[in-house]
Amino acid sequence: MNTTLERKEVKETANVENQNDQRSVKISVRDLDLFYGDNQALYQVSLDIREKEVTALIGPSGCGKSTFLRTLNRMNDLIDSVRINGDIHINGNNIYQSKDVIELRTKVGMVFQKPNLFPMSIYDNVAYGPRMQGIKNKKELNQIVEESLRGAAIWDEVKDRLKTSALGLSGGQQQRVCIARAIAMKPDVILMDEPTSALDPISTLKVEELIAHLKKDYTIVIVTHNMQQAARVSDKTAFFLNGEVIEFEQTDQIFSMPKDSRTEDYVTGRFG
Amino acid sequence: MPNPSEVKQKNKSNRLKYIMEFISEKLFLICALISVLSLFLIIGFVFFKGSNPFIADGYSFIDFIFGSDWIPSEDKYGIFPMIVASIYATIGALVIGVPIGLLTAIFLSEIAPKPIAKIISPAVQLLAGIPSVLYGVFGLAIIVPFLQNNLGLVKGQSLIAVILVLAIMMLPTIVTVAETAIRAVPKTYREGSLALGASPIGTIFKVVVPAAKSGIMAAIVLGLGRAIGETMAVILVAGNSLIIPTSITDSVRPLTTNIALEMGYAYGTHQEMLFATGIVLFSFILILNFVLAKISSKGGK
Repeated sequence: MNTTLERKEVKETANVENQNDQRSVKISVRDLDLFYGDNQALYQVSLDIREKEVTALIGPSGCGKSTFLRTLNRMNDLIDSVRINGDIHINGNNIYQSKDVIELRTKVGMVFQKPNLFPMSIYDNVAYGPRMQGIKNKKELNQIVEESLRGAAIWDEVKDRLKTSALGLSGGQQQRVCIARAIAMKPDVILMDEPTSALDPISTLKVEELIAHLKKDYTIVIVTHNMQQAARVSDKTAFFLNGEVIEFEQTDQIFSMPKDSRTEDYVTGRFG
Repeated sequence: MPNPSEVKQKNKSNRLKYIMEFISEKLFLICALISVLSLFLIIGFVFFKGSNPFIADGYSFIDFIFGSDWIPSEDKYGIFPMIVASIYATIGALVIGVPIGLLTAIFLSEIAPKPIAKIISPAVQLLAGIPSVLYGVFGLAIIVPFLQNNLGLVKGQSLIAVILVLAIMMLPTIVTVAETAIRAVPKTYREGSLALGASPIGTIFKVVVPAAKSGIMAAIVLGLGRAIGETMAVILVAGNSLIIPTSITDSVRPLTTNIALEMGYAYGTHQEMLFATGIVLFSFILILNFVLAKISSKGGK
């Protein structure tokens, strides 16, 4: 009896895996160790993030999930004491062997915990990245700005005030303009570092709807403290604990039948 | 039951505390008032003495400002050449000092590795501590002969010498104030820009510096104040000729040096006219302070 049930389970997982395999691997991480000076923050992290999926990274504070996220666009390079071993391939290219960080960051966009729009107009914020890439043509910029704002589902709210300061928007609106700013670069991957932690529930809902929508075109990796959010928006979930990936599975599996007892303790709210 | 005499004793010691409290409060107030009082005394005195010739003796204020002859022995008091000299010298110093100062501030706050910043930062601050007369001596000993030899001037003391000395003198002010402003720009702006694939230098000029704009403007205005009020160093390198400068190699006499040079022996109307020169100088500083206040209140928004 027991064995049949187990067998059935295995079969199901296999099926799911087969489905996944249809999507190609976008980001492949192998044996990633990261050190802040002498402190090791990530231990042997290996995972494959597939194209046009939402991958959620969950875990208690200080478990290394944000640090891991920041290795994917090399934002950790900004900290002098950081040392990294292991490989990360995005689109098959080893991003730590290439010297061109700028190219990487145009392909891998990022949305931060707190909206960090620049103190300039909404238009200039969204056009910032493309301008830095050397696009000067006004028509082209106008088009990129409109497309990006539409893509981030904020166009209707801001179209009449594009030239006013972006800092006059509400926090939720600002965060969606941040997303627009990221997609203006036409990236492959969007990294989101707790994008809704500073927002009210309604703004959070809007951003989550947006994520579901963006999934069609982008590969999204999202760090979240909110487990309901991970369950709502993501296809796959990785559970981090003390710098290690404890479990990386289909989101419904992580939340309904986690394999590791530590994952279970965390998702059921026993700690964290 | 408390002993009545004990209660009395306690009341007494409390009263002493209140008296001490009262006295020390007043002491603080008096100290604070001294600076305000000095300000009003100086302004009042300068304005009283300086306005006397125009009110009591019937001199024309317009002629004073726009007159181009300053010949006290012939009763001619026109400070136009000095106003022009002061303005030219200040603008010239800005043109040289501001770019150098700003780039230094950016370098220190954004680019320099810590060990290098640790050497340059104190050096810049020390530059602020050098007595101004030593700047003048340096200008006289190094800059003036250099100009004399290389530009083929008859006399190295000139507008350009003043400009160079003032540009160096305003550096510490500009660097420290601008550096503080740039450091105050939130880290998230830098991250946001870099994450969009902007280069570090692009980030500095497109995001960080614009975000620190009001602080940088304050730095420039403070540097300007330093330049326009500087006297000692300027006397030594200006040449002090009473002409309206037409080229940067002309010898000049800015407002400050006019007062310092002649106050020692002037009396009567001549002396009062020097005070009037002080009023003009003070007005410049006042306008600058006003501009500064405007800028910083804007930055607060």
